[in-house]
Amino acid sequence: MLSLEQIARIAHLARLELAAGEDAAMQQQLNSILAMVDAMAAVDTEGVEPMSHPQQVTQRLREDRVTEVDARAIFQSIAPEVEDGLYLVPKVIE
Amino acid sequence: MSLHRSTLAQLSAKLAAKEVSSVELTRHYLARIEAWQPSLNAFITVDAQKSLAQAKSADERIAKGNAAPLTGIPVAHKDLFCAKGWRTTCGSKILSNFIAPYDAHVIEQFDRAGAVLLGKTNMDEFAMGSSNENSAFGPVRNPWDLQAVPGGSSGGSAAAVAAMLAPAATGTDTGGSIRQPASFTGVSGLRPTYGRVSRYGMVAFASSLDQGGVLARTAQDMALVLSVMAGFDERDSTCMDRPTDDYAAGLGKGVKGLRIGVPREYFASGLSQDVAAPIQAAIEEYQRLGATVVEVSLPNQALSVPVYYVLAPAEASSNLSRYDGVRYGHRADQPGDLMQLYKRSRAEGFGPEVKRRIMIGAYVLSHGYYDAYYLKAQKIRRLIARDFAQAFEQCDVIMGPSAPSVAYDLGSKTTDPVQMYLDDLYTIPINLAGLPGMSIPCGFGDKARPVGLQIVGNYFDESRMLSVAHAFQQATDWHTRMPGGFE
Amino acid sequence: MTWEVVIGLETHTQLTTASKIFSGASTQFGAAPNTQASAVDLAMPGTLPVLNKGAVERAIRFGLAVGGRIAATSIFARKNYFYPDLPKGYQISQFELPVVVGGSLAFMVGDEERRVNLTRAHLEEDAGKLLHEEFHGKSGVDLNRAGTPLLEIVSEPEMRSALEAVAYAKALHSLVRWIGICDGNMQEGSFRCDANVSVRKPGAPLGTRCEIKNLNSFRFLERAIEYEVRRQVELIEDGGKVVQETRLYDPDAGETRAMRSKEDAQDYRYFPDPDLLPLAITPEWIETVKAAMPELPEKLRHAFMEELSLTAYDAALLTESREKSGYFQAVRASTSAAPKMVANWINGDVSALLNDWGLDYSNSPVSAQALAKLLGRIHDGTISGKAAKEVLHAMADGEGDADAVIEKRGLKQMSDSGAIESAIDQVLAANAKQVDDYRAGKERAFNSLVGQVMKATKGQANPAQVNEILRRKLAG
Ligand SMILES: [Mg+2]
Ligand SMILES: [Zn+2]
Repeated sequence: MLSLEQIARIAHLARLELAAGEDAAMQQQLNSILAMVDAMAAVDTEGVEPMSHPQQVTQRLREDRVTEVDARAIFQSIAPEVEDGLYLVPKVIE
Repeated sequence: MSLHRSTLAQLSAKLAAKEVSSVELTRHYLARIEAWQPSLNAFITVDAQKSLAQAKSADERIAKGNAAPLTGIPVAHKDLFCAKGWRTTCGSKILSNFIAPYDAHVIEQFDRAGAVLLGKTNMDEFAMGSSNENSAFGPVRNPWDLQAVPGGSSGGSAAAVAAMLAPAATGTDTGGSIRQPASFTGVSGLRPTYGRVSRYGMVAFASSLDQGGVLARTAQDMALVLSVMAGFDERDSTCMDRPTDDYAAGLGKGVKGLRIGVPREYFASGLSQDVAAPIQAAIEEYQRLGATVVEVSLPNQALSVPVYYVLAPAEASSNLSRYDGVRYGHRADQPGDLMQLYKRSRAEGFGPEVKRRIMIGAYVLSHGYYDAYYLKAQKIRRLIARDFAQAFEQCDVIMGPSAPSVAYDLGSKTTDPVQMYLDDLYTIPINLAGLPGMSIPCGFGDKARPVGLQIVGNYFDESRMLSVAHAFQQATDWHTRMPGGFE
Repeated sequence: MTWEVVIGLETHTQLTTASKIFSGASTQFGAAPNTQASAVDLAMPGTLPVLNKGAVERAIRFGLAVGGRIAATSIFARKNYFYPDLPKGYQISQFELPVVVGGSLAFMVGDEERRVNLTRAHLEEDAGKLLHEEFHGKSGVDLNRAGTPLLEIVSEPEMRSALEAVAYAKALHSLVRWIGICDGNMQEGSFRCDANVSVRKPGAPLGTRCEIKNLNSFRFLERAIEYEVRRQVELIEDGGKVVQETRLYDPDAGETRAMRSKEDAQDYRYFPDPDLLPLAITPEWIETVKAAMPELPEKLRHAFMEELSLTAYDAALLTESREKSGYFQAVRASTSAAPKMVANWINGDVSALLNDWGLDYSNSPVSAQALAKLLGRIHDGTISGKAAKEVLHAMADGEGDADAVIEKRGLKQMSDSGAIESAIDQVLAANAKQVDDYRAGKERAFNSLVGQVMKATKGQANPAQVNEILRRKLAG
């Protein structure tokens, strides 16, 4: 069962601000989802290879060639805030 | 004018015979969309000027005599296929101002075929949902009954095809998002094998489960559309480099000797009788047409919903991290610092279902929980895929219901997300295995709402599945039924 | 009180591919901001990664060079965290199954050979850059660097001093350039070290470590480690405890400080990237790469020591770079001068000259053939070693080859024994006191006499001949 502290921690990890009262509702919903998910625990998966991909194939490789051209103008036409070709964000302290 | 009652194949013939022009056809559908938008809300974006410009060039191509089957045919696209210059929202506020700077592979393929982009259809936000009530642009209604949901997440596409606002529409299916709405709205829907259609430019929900597909009125129309969508694209590492079949040419193969697997788990409790009866009748119809039925078993089927609600949110939580208000999309006003920029932009931009899944996904991947949730789910995923492999040793296709009930009323399931999740138990296992699945109309259940028969094929066996669906549609007329008022 | 220092390095080397690791955008340094950021690099919705073969090929080269195991199957994973220089909100990296496992790197610390084991090397994408100046209180984001291929090379925590860590870093820097996978340009950030530093009492379990990020010069690496060691020791001796954290070195203040952006405990939620399939590397591919590999510095260093009887020190210097060792071998091929002499010239005067000029062995103004000729003139007694230094600089200035410079500057040494003998006779006659001193057993007087002879011959007499004749005459 997720506590409210855990809800707050996950929301922070996921960078989601939860409004006042939203956390309790979230807690209740997440816990009911996890209760449903808990059915997995009873399954014997000893020796079973995890499945990440539907197909048993390997990665295709691209030749090392430059195929892209500068499209900054079009990409930045939909940006919230740019200046001198840079995307702007609130001051970052490293 | 009965243009919209024609199938896509019939429209293609009319265009070729110059009985109608693409511009006329496009205008006709645009007018219908405009007329029905207030009651159905099937579209998020319509741009008549752009569509008509495409129609005009399609007419020129037809005049030059080098038309392809889809040249001049208007097709609606789920609003998560990026189309250059078109707003592409994914049904989300966070992308409400996103004008795609490029085309998805699927959109390029339709352009090459000369099809007309008729508009962008409504959907559950980021394809998360089964009722289309999770759209930032309002719910879509079911043409068969405006009180009912159309299903989701490709609800706008399904409603558009059912109401004959488009001869065909694209959709995506991560856990049933093509098949379930097809079933709820009485249309045909096909989710191809994972890797058959490129995901490039198709906004991701859960990368290892997402697959683009088609909603149309007949198997023949789906065959024509799939021929355009399917194929190799080097920009998607998971797209398979293997030739596509001539889907339309293979339609007439018939079902004599076809072995239909019916999983014994499918008709267990939980399946409502009004759905079970038409499904049984459809299978009997296949037997009359020469098919045989074998009982198969999918013992791990019941685990598919729990597995899905670990894997899909995990992938989604990561896929949706890019929506941070920095390079595109919604940004909160006057964020005081970087943390506020992130947290407020995302809190304002995402709806409740998306937030829930991001949270679940972040949790199951987090330190100390990964093995118990994510890894465990991946192992059970393997078991589920093995069940299908074993079943396909005994049969050619698997049949059963697409959904446990007919379309339900708007608002009737929104309070309990888990209940809605569990309803996807017939469609989700197919996504986990990466198999192709289809839903075709096969009757009506409670409140005269449509019922869909699910047909599951083996990997890359779309051609056979389409011929199986076609045989049924040659012998029955369920697929020709139209919702009252839309004729 | 003695403390043992434990250092492990994680080094990010930018690979020399033309295009990015997962997109077709250029990796060229220095372009206008965001002009080399493609839709994939910007994490536009719906975009997908496709792996660059050139990046994998370079990882194989590295694995072969350090004797690591090249994984038949390796997996790309997502490392999830939010930062403005990370457009997707995750970095595609390798976690559980990296492309190279193990291997080691040998290098010299002074006269002693050290070998440090490597944990792994994995492929990943670089992040963009944040610019903090001049945006009225905001930061600017340039994503040109985002998606540049990196090979992150992780050492075992086997280094015991800043000096040793620097020697390791230099050897690694030399190796990645040697095998052509990284240009090594540290100013441009092509080679960046993160140092994991902890201290403990000898024999005690490992202490809590701090990671100092992004050290992009050997000097900073050394100073940062030294500072960090002092800080940790003082902290513990004052009764405090080291907390595991990520720190940043401030070169102006000469100190490390905790990174604000890494303050909250990171939970990266690694999982296999569903957009990328397992990377398979076949034995055939490895063989093809191996066949095209240059001879490795470590092997060459040992060959120089064993076959040419060079000291470990000389051999290490000669194998600093592939160009330098190639230059040495080219000189050797066209002169009969002793290997030691060739080594001394290259490690000494030629290296100093190149250093002054800001050049290296790939663009030396004195070619290997020209140097060989010059050394030949010392060997055959045409000029003295001292004059040869002058010739070298004149050759570098473009005054022509060794013979032309010797001729023009009149540097040919006097080998005519008659002329030397007469000069000696004059010196002996004029310095009776030194002669007496020498005969009385004062060796210093001999040196003084040699000096007088050299002076009288304006330095052109062959010193060996002067010695020999002088000894004979004094003995007579
Ligand atoms: Mg690291
Ligand atoms: Zn790294």
